[in-house]
Amino acid sequence: MLTAALRKEMLLQWRSRAQFMAVFVFGAAALLLFSFAVGPVAELLRQFSGGFLWLGLLLSSTLTLAESFHAEMENHAMEGLLLLPANPRALYYGKAIANWLQLTLLGIALIPVMVVLYDAGTTRIPMLILVIALGAAGLSAPGTLYAAMTAQVRSKQTLLPLLLFPLIVPALLASVKATSLIILGDPMNQVRSWIVLLASFDAIYWSLCGLLFGKVVEE
Amino acid sequence: MHIDNNRFPRLPWIILGLGIIFLAIGSYIGLFVAPPEALMGQVQRIMYVHVPTAWNALLAMTFAFVCAVIFLFKPDWKWDARMEAAIEVGVVLAFLLCCQGAIWAKPTWGVWWDWDPRLTTTAVLLFAFLGILALRKFVDDPARRAIWSAVATIIAYVDVPIVYYSVRWWNSLHQLQSSPSTVSRQFWLPLRMNAFGILFLMTAFIMLRARVASMRLEQELVPPPALGETI
Repeated sequence: MLTAALRKEMLLQWRSRAQFMAVFVFGAAALLLFSFAVGPVAELLRQFSGGFLWLGLLLSSTLTLAESFHAEMENHAMEGLLLLPANPRALYYGKAIANWLQLTLLGIALIPVMVVLYDAGTTRIPMLILVIALGAAGLSAPGTLYAAMTAQVRSKQTLLPLLLFPLIVPALLASVKATSLIILGDPMNQVRSWIVLLASFDAIYWSLCGLLFGKVVEE
Repeated sequence: MHIDNNRFPRLPWIILGLGIIFLAIGSYIGLFVAPPEALMGQVQRIMYVHVPTAWNALLAMTFAFVCAVIFLFKPDWKWDARMEAAIEVGVVLAFLLCCQGAIWAKPTWGVWWDWDPRLTTTAVLLFAFLGILALRKFVDDPARRAIWSAVATIIAYVDVPIVYYSVRWWNSLHQLQSSPSTVSRQFWLPLRMNAFGILFLMTAFIMLRARVASMRLEQELVPPPALGETI
């Protein structure tokens, strides 16, 4: 059931790949603008690069997440899906995994932009990708649940970040810290503890949001 | 449809009166009777409202969480009304907490704000619950509004300890919590008086606000009149 839901999501995402490109351009533009906040000081830009990458990803994620229930809202498709003999939990995890994959890809695509703009290169690429994957998971689990709510109300573009941003503070904090440590060097070997924090945040919200999703969509 | 949040119509007013009396006596002792603190001087007196506000803000949010859980298991409108009341009062208390903290921090630490775990957690909590209040304003269907805000409350409340510990790893400066054994009796009495004062005020406000919320819900849940009746 989950594979069917996931297949549907992947197909939807593949068909709207133009949107992914647009969101990527948005994220890259955000990274470009952040450097104007600091000024052309290479050392400072490098120091803040982890934070900028995550803020760029966070801002882009609100676009992806807010759009993620777009197809379900048209022609009452959501009601049709709920009428199927399928568990709403499968629907949720399908959607959340698809969002997670998209955000991870987006994060990976933004790395070269960050490296070029902020001179923030690193050789620990697998570690960086792991942090991006875990951080994206932290954004997409509650993000998908809130998107399911806000997709059905007026002014969803305002409401989603309002609900999501305070919630993901721990995930953002841990991701920024881990990314910065990877880029700037980690003499005390602290990355591991931040990754553990991030993984526990993910574990809590992936299970809790899955439990609560049924309540959110039931009629 | 009747929502039963008004079983004791006079009770909140009595509690409100008690709260005002406790708060007045506690503040009088705190401002005029208790000696100034050795290191921080007169500024420290703000603690007599600051610490009780912190306790009660957390208590109000906890009550909102309890209401949310009960509502999801046993959908009864009175718990939705109580949750709305508790979130609103909790948001007000959390906002006051941030303001009092800033007033205290400027002369003591030299800055209005600091990225300490408790401050940051309070700010995050304030914004999380403000978001839930905003969500409630945007959803017109009462049943959806109740379920969604209950779900959002549970999710936001679970976040509190995670935010606290993550910020604590990240940065720390706030002084450690004092326990009654480390606080002299002269400081202890006004602190306790004010704690009960604010507790009573909070309880009364939540009860009164829940009553208002119930009345609004009753109006929303009335079935629309048949066509003939409106003319």
